[in-house]
Amino acid sequence: MERGYAIIPRQFSLEAYKMVLTFPKQIIDAYIVTAVTTLLGTFIGVCISAGAGYVLSRQTYRYKNIIAFLVFFSMLFNGGLVPSYILITQWLGLKDSIWALILPLVTSGWYIILMRGFFQSVPGAMIESARIDGASEFKTFFQIVLPVSKPVLATISLFYVLAYWNDWYLSLLYATDESLYKLQYLLMQILKKAEFLNSEAGKLLQGTGVEQMEAPTLNVRMAVCVLAAGPVLVIFPFFQKYFVKGITVGSVKG
Amino acid sequence: MNKNYDTTLKKNGFFSKFKLELKLFKKNGQLTLIALPAIIAILVFNYLPLYGLILPFKRYYPAQGIIGSPWVGLKNFEFLFKTGDIWNALGNTIFYNLIFIFIGTAVSVLIALMLYEFKNRFVKTYQTALLIPYFMSWVVVAYVFNTLLDMEHGLFNQILALFGKDAVNWYNEAKQWPAILSLAGIWKNAGYNAVVYFAALMGLDSEYFEAARIDGASKFRQMWSISIPLIRSVITIMIILNIGKIFYGDFGLFYNVTMNSPLLYSTTDIIDTYVYRTLTSIGDIGMASTTGFAQSVCGFVLVLLTNWIVKKKDPESALF
Repeated sequence: MERGYAIIPRQFSLEAYKMVLTFPKQIIDAYIVTAVTTLLGTFIGVCISAGAGYVLSRQTYRYKNIIAFLVFFSMLFNGGLVPSYILITQWLGLKDSIWALILPLVTSGWYIILMRGFFQSVPGAMIESARIDGASEFKTFFQIVLPVSKPVLATISLFYVLAYWNDWYLSLLYATDESLYKLQYLLMQILKKAEFLNSEAGKLLQGTGVEQMEAPTLNVRMAVCVLAAGPVLVIFPFFQKYFVKGITVGSVKG
Repeated sequence: MNKNYDTTLKKNGFFSKFKLELKLFKKNGQLTLIALPAIIAILVFNYLPLYGLILPFKRYYPAQGIIGSPWVGLKNFEFLFKTGDIWNALGNTIFYNLIFIFIGTAVSVLIALMLYEFKNRFVKTYQTALLIPYFMSWVVVAYVFNTLLDMEHGLFNQILALFGKDAVNWYNEAKQWPAILSLAGIWKNAGYNAVVYFAALMGLDSEYFEAARIDGASKFRQMWSISIPLIRSVITIMIILNIGKIFYGDFGLFYNVTMNSPLLYSTTDIIDTYVYRTLTSIGDIGMASTTGFAQSVCGFVLVLLTNWIVKKKDPESALF
């Protein structure tokens, strides 16, 4: 990196990737944490918001209005950062637990409302005939309604995957243990460290040998960056149809 | 005798009502069970924290808990509004939001209009390209901007060098950041908003454009006199929704892209970063919760107010 960035690489090399993938346990740990939280969070999130969305779409359900109000109000008003922070760290004692990286993102009033909108378009006759055939509510939901709801489940799953994969905020707040860093957060730490070492203060420290410090080279940093951003960008085009449907329905119809 | 009879009747009335309610509860039981996980999660993560809203009226001692800490009335608010930092953060938050609302919307509408005009088989590819920044996390965006702003190798300094100007140490110069942050925020979100406007344009009846073409209206004239007026309601709603969020900023943008550099706070500190910093590095729970409280309450009032305005203008688009 002596002549700055060029649009067309002067030289093609996979050396940086090799370095990233052979060394640190840290990156592998971060990958595992990110994968686990993404899979688990998406699965739990889609299940519970589909359940709530479906129940809210049922006209005859007795407690529809009160639950709809609970969901809706939660979207308009919140207690802010400090109460949530106290809840997670003190009352639930989740600091440095993987659940702190999953649970805060697991419900979203918005996804429940989107789901409800879709389930409302499922023909009532389908649910009615299932009931006449003696199917229980569980059976109707799992075996009749869910199988025809794949488009909305795909859309919402994509939203969840995106939110969990790209999350660094929860690590920033709740993870002090390095083995719990998510990929994005690790990436953030690498950039910060490199910037610090390049700064005047960092250069002074380097000479003194206070700590054995070595800035990750630019190539390595960029390789980690691609590894962190890559997977989402690769799967996105395949789901684009669902995604575009989701955002347009959501934003225009509110 | 008569009195006794009345009370038994009342009792029976209450009991039968209770029984009926219980029966209905059982009848709805399976559906309630399906919704239960979400209800519990919402109650715990969205409603339980509301209890913390009494924090700003207390002097919080962690050892005594929220309940045990003494009440202090409005002292926290008085103290907060005396500090200069909060006014700086408030000003920045509103400033950047106004930029995103006006310039950001203009850029997105322009992109949507272009997509609509170039309607062809590449539209999907354009959409993919437009949405990619939206799919990146703010950390990755911070990397992208770091490559532009790097002192030695960065693109900006190389361009300056071409014109024979001195390199700028961007991460130390607060006055450059309103432009940089506006660019970053608009770059990341414009594509997403453009897709929304594009969908609105696709929903328009093509007969309008047909007629305009026959009357000899130029492309530009069609955009200005047909496309924009017809999607005006969508644009208005999006703007009003964003005004409702004017006290909130995107933490990721202001924390990551600036590398949280203290030298830049005068132009980059927003309410969200102020609260975060007050809570974590200074550890002042009183000030942090007071700021958060003010932000939540003002934000909520603003949402109600904007919704009321929308309802008057266009009842169909109101949120509630």
